[in-house]
Amino acid sequence: MLRLYVEEKMLSITTFVIVSVIKIVIALAVLLTAVAYTVWLERKLVGRIQNRWGPQRVGPFGLLQPLADGAKFIFKEDLTPPYVYKPLYIAAPILSLVLALTSISLVPIGNWVTVRGVRTPLEITDVNIGLLIILGITSLSVYGVALAGWSSNSKYSLLGSLRASAQMVSYEIALGVSLVGVLIMSGSLNLREIVDMQGGHMAGFIPRWNIFRGQIVAFFVYLAAAFAETNRVPFDLPEAETELVAGYHTEYSSMKFAMFFMAEYANMITAASIATLLFLGGWHGPLGGPWWLQAILPVFWFALKVFGFIFLYIWIRGTLPRFRYDQLMAFGWKFLFPIAVANVLVTSLIVALQK
Amino acid sequence: MDPVATPYFFYGLSAVAVLSAVGVIMRRNPVHSAIALIFTLLSLAGLYLMLYAPFVAGVQIILYVGGIVVLFLFVIMLINIERMQREYQFNKQWLVGLLAAAALGALFVAVYVKGQSIFPQHAVRFPEQLNTQQVGKMLYVDYLLPFEIASLLLLVAIVGAVVMAKKRI
Repeated sequence: MLRLYVEEKMLSITTFVIVSVIKIVIALAVLLTAVAYTVWLERKLVGRIQNRWGPQRVGPFGLLQPLADGAKFIFKEDLTPPYVYKPLYIAAPILSLVLALTSISLVPIGNWVTVRGVRTPLEITDVNIGLLIILGITSLSVYGVALAGWSSNSKYSLLGSLRASAQMVSYEIALGVSLVGVLIMSGSLNLREIVDMQGGHMAGFIPRWNIFRGQIVAFFVYLAAAFAETNRVPFDLPEAETELVAGYHTEYSSMKFAMFFMAEYANMITAASIATLLFLGGWHGPLGGPWWLQAILPVFWFALKVFGFIFLYIWIRGTLPRFRYDQLMAFGWKFLFPIAVANVLVTSLIVALQK
Repeated sequence: MDPVATPYFFYGLSAVAVLSAVGVIMRRNPVHSAIALIFTLLSLAGLYLMLYAPFVAGVQIILYVGGIVVLFLFVIMLINIERMQREYQFNKQWLVGLLAAAALGALFVAVYVKGQSIFPQHAVRFPEQLNTQQVGKMLYVDYLLPFEIASLLLLVAIVGAVVMAKKRI
């Protein structure tokens, strides 16, 4: 860690700012494209699961569908219902989207690279408590939902946002505790160090990913809690359309609705990235070939693992029905949370005995 | 990179903290108060960061901003705001309030005057990556008993809340 600190210190402030701006622009472009094509993938896959075609009219395989959707969102009339509390009504979707996009800035997608003599990590910034900051940002994103529901001044919105905030606060605990096992094993909150700990192989061929080193229970707890945190099926109670129209974004239209929509998918990508970093070994994977291939392969492995996770998200959406609300709360508090705590106890016992 | 423009950050964050704290008690609408409280807590997290305590800052955001104020807001959202706004903002206990404020003010003045001898001359700077370990050591080694007592108190509060909320347990 001290080594990284010294290396970054060598950059002058001007280079640092320029490099950061370049990285921010690239990260935003990649993330927003990924969000758009996750939506496309979801429509396509859920279509196939339900024996339909999914989008196929716009472009080959419907590949231009996200562009058409975007244009449609922009040109739709932006309705603001009467009696809403305007400042918060406008701020809520912006807050959701900004927080969802910010959290990706701490996700390392590869090792350090040197471009024209400037050494920089493959993420916007490398901080000591990266994981805590990401958890903090995602825990702030509940405000977008809560304030949207309250400021809309509508029953459905309010009920949806109450459900959402209760659900997100409850599952955040199981989510946080499920990560503690990994933190005990790696002894760091820095995402880069956590990934570095998972390099190499056990017994010759099994990668030393945390999921293969006893954290498999924690992985499944994280999986369930992350689904609930991102309000996805089977935990999408906040927007259960049979009961609540569309939940907290009932009163939103046009680009404001699109912001909630994009925030949801960006949050999915962040959740998938954290799972990849903490449990699936981050950018580690088989390397080989010429130097340029070796430079690209880590990023490719990272993207592949994130893609696998998102595929799972969509697959489950096409498969499982929705929970009932009391079942949801009971599942979070009486099942996931005790398992996560037991995992922490067992992991810390084993780590203590090994020392 | 060395820290840049620290005084500006300090005064900026402090100003936000103080102004939004005033907002918490002065706003008539309780939702506005809760939002002002969020800003106070966030700027406090920024101040912790400036004190080289990143772990404390992160926990401040996750627990207070992401947890406790959400629960405040949760309750406030169910209140009838229009009736709340007509109610009188302050209760009539100005004498007690005055005494408490005077005591706190005297404490601040005393710390300001005697601060030179009470606190270390220079800011104690642990390397920031050790902050998490230092906090853990403090809690689980040096102050284990107070820490356990605090967690017991919290447990009692939780059980009490459940007993009060549930008619049949």
